[in-house]
Amino acid sequence: MNTIAVDTVHSEPRTFLCREEAHPHNGTLLGFWLYLMSDCFIFAALFACNAVLGTSYAGGPSAHDVFDLPGLAVNTALLLVSSVTFGFAMLEMARQRKRAVLGWLAVSGLLAACFVALEIHEFVTMIAEGAGPGRSAFLSSFFTLVGTHGLHVTVGVLWLIVLMVQLGKHGFTEANRRRLLCLSMFWHFLDLVWVGVFSYVYLVGVLR
Amino acid sequence: MPDRPAIWNFLLGRLSLSSLPLDNMIVVWTFVAVALGGGVVLGAITYYRQWGYLWNEWFTSVDHKKLGVMYMVLGTVMLFRGFADALLMRSQQAVAFGSNMGFLPPHHYDQIFTAHGAIMIFFVAMPYIAGFMNFVMPLQIGARDVAFPFLNNFSFWLTVSGVVLFMTSLFIGDFSHAGWLGMPPVSELQQSPGPGVDYYIWGLQLSGLGTLLTGINFVVTVIKMRAPGMTLMKMPMFTWTTLCTSGLIVVTFPILTATLFLLSLDRYIGTHFFTNGFGGNVMMYINLIWVWGHPEVYILILPMFGLYSEIVPTFSGKRLFGYSSMVYATASIMLLSYLVWLHHFFTMGSGADVNSFFALTTMMISIPTGVKIFNWLFTMYRGRVRFDVPMLWTMGFLFTFTIGGMTGVMLAVAPADFLLHNSLFLVAHFHNVIIGGVVFGVFAGINYWFPKAFGFRLDEFWGKLSFWFWQVGFWVAFGPLYVLGLMGVTRRLSHFTDPSLQIWFVIAAFGALLILLGILSFVMQIFVSIRRRDALAVGNDPWGGRTLEWSTSSPPPPYNFAFIPNVHERDAWTDMKKHGYQRPLEGFNAIHMPRNTGAGVLLAGLGTIFGFAMVWYIWWLAVVSFVALIACAIAHTFNYDRDTHISAQEVAQFEQHTGNWEPKAQGATA
Repeated sequence: MNTIAVDTVHSEPRTFLCREEAHPHNGTLLGFWLYLMSDCFIFAALFACNAVLGTSYAGGPSAHDVFDLPGLAVNTALLLVSSVTFGFAMLEMARQRKRAVLGWLAVSGLLAACFVALEIHEFVTMIAEGAGPGRSAFLSSFFTLVGTHGLHVTVGVLWLIVLMVQLGKHGFTEANRRRLLCLSMFWHFLDLVWVGVFSYVYLVGVLR
Repeated sequence: MPDRPAIWNFLLGRLSLSSLPLDNMIVVWTFVAVALGGGVVLGAITYYRQWGYLWNEWFTSVDHKKLGVMYMVLGTVMLFRGFADALLMRSQQAVAFGSNMGFLPPHHYDQIFTAHGAIMIFFVAMPYIAGFMNFVMPLQIGARDVAFPFLNNFSFWLTVSGVVLFMTSLFIGDFSHAGWLGMPPVSELQQSPGPGVDYYIWGLQLSGLGTLLTGINFVVTVIKMRAPGMTLMKMPMFTWTTLCTSGLIVVTFPILTATLFLLSLDRYIGTHFFTNGFGGNVMMYINLIWVWGHPEVYILILPMFGLYSEIVPTFSGKRLFGYSSMVYATASIMLLSYLVWLHHFFTMGSGADVNSFFALTTMMISIPTGVKIFNWLFTMYRGRVRFDVPMLWTMGFLFTFTIGGMTGVMLAVAPADFLLHNSLFLVAHFHNVIIGGVVFGVFAGINYWFPKAFGFRLDEFWGKLSFWFWQVGFWVAFGPLYVLGLMGVTRRLSHFTDPSLQIWFVIAAFGALLILLGILSFVMQIFVSIRRRDALAVGNDPWGGRTLEWSTSSPPPPYNFAFIPNVHERDAWTDMKKHGYQRPLEGFNAIHMPRNTGAGVLLAGLGTIFGFAMVWYIWWLAVVSFVALIACAIAHTFNYDRDTHISAQEVAQFEQHTGNWEPKAQGATA
């Protein structure tokens, strides 16, 4: 920095311009955090609906009748483990090992895909039993909240595939590392939401 | 589905020739006028071969200043549309008494008040504030652009998508008649089987996504891209309010998205969130939509508070009185705005305890707002106040908004609200604060920053005329509504039986005519100023500004600042002037800038097609456009080459040309 203006008022001179090109910090990670927080509010609205409408069975099946808790345990395990394997991928990224990263990403993606497949199976079974989203307000809120989470996981898997292609093509460029960090946050965020879903919607649901 | 061969139903969904409102002569003539006007504009662009210029320099631009200007143009165009609706309503209510049913059948009238409300909030006020925040905030913090320039362009085009769907509903099918918030059960499929509510839903979903992205973008920009030395408590007030408003956008617009999503599930796949049967709960919608809706009015007013906080010190020749209290007041309003939503339905029956809580939080908001009003007054006190047009609008705001705020406190008294709820008193109140606060602010801001954006001032005579017509017109139009509301007249009526009320509606209609003259004067002001732009040309700092946007050229170069400013004090530009700052004319570096892209136009265009297909149940087109949307978004991520350089020579050329340029004719008032 240079002194541009000669100070005529005060004794101490002031520089008013940065002579060197400034490089502002990249804001993508902060921006993605904000996006996740805003997504949190979408889930908050859906949780609120479930809290209010969760016992509005309208003469239809109750949570106790339709939820399959052992299946849920498997499902939950799949998603939580995929978060761990995604963590391994991030550790490998720090070591700059591309093949290991791609491998762990593939494992995470497969686990998440299994999660989505099981969820679809659960939905199809419920609808076949006459417990579809149009049966009661309780089921509307259940399908919407769980389905919205499932949709997020599906988008995550699609994003993961695209990122694997880009990683394979360009390697650990700055942009790719940043994108991987974003996806990682997204992945763990969905895990966190799922903890809320399974403990509140399913476990509290069968109790009330 | 219309009765015709199945293939047509597949191809066109429920769209048919009978969807065109050919039986409604008002709509037909509007269409003719719009088609003629649009044809002339599009023809002129083609004749003068300006499409390439528009596409390269504006539509694909990621420059926050150009996006800001485009938002302002969009808001102004939609202001005409929304105001046309207002004129229709005022004239209907002025004549529809006794045996006279007026010229608008109830079904059409309901669509007009719905469109008026939704358009004025989403496509007039929101584009205007997005326009100001876009144009001004990066300049005030000494940045070259926003944090995510492409997203900024995409946000704008998503807003345009919403506008396109809303405007399409005027000529193909009809619009929602469920009020500007689409309240169920009226907005449910059973009561509104037509495409109107679907137009409303998809228009708002697209533009709402754009607003959310803007919010995220601006929070990151303010947090990450401030010039060196500009700590949070040295930021200009407008930047502070931009930060608070953007923060509110991030935490509220997702609620709108979720709520409309649930309503669309009710309408499309038969869920029971807000239906009357099967356990649905209508009040759930009312709660959710106001959890978004109340902060929304603060999203609109906060940037205007910031804008007044720039104008008052500039035209008083003093620094802002009570800067810190202004910041804390803004932040308190931001937080409190999230805790008052239930005052929109005290009559729901949640009991005295709940109502008291929300009544108290509502009244509490008047405290930080009062702090602001006093701060502006104390800034003017013993200042050398110059009554230029921006300052006139600000004075009009102080007078009008304070009265609107007081009627707001009246409505916050829960027992009183049981009488005033849903009455014309309420209508008068929120127009009092939105016109007195937001619209007056928009005109103040346009007059204030126009010279920065284009290098010439706006004409004073027509500006003052516009101000007086609006100021007087507002009170003539809405004063009677306060009276009628206190007498118990409810809102949204297209016909009245008691002839003694008519005189008040006639006066209100006359007020609307005065406002029309105000709008026409504004149009004249722009027209005259463009004609006389050489005589009105001003230098870089025409008002004696205090913040960094006045330190660069008018209009600013694409890179905003050849050198990023180094900030020492709150009013950074005043500080620089006080120390005899001279703009350097040499020693420039090449500047790194984001490259223009057509991806935003493309993605938003596909979104519009998707919305249209969903409205008309054209499922194949919905699938195709949605898949194309995802595919294009993914393809866009494969483009890693998004930057370009402006060479040091180009910077030098520009700076030496305009750096310390002052007009030869007089024009600068400072």
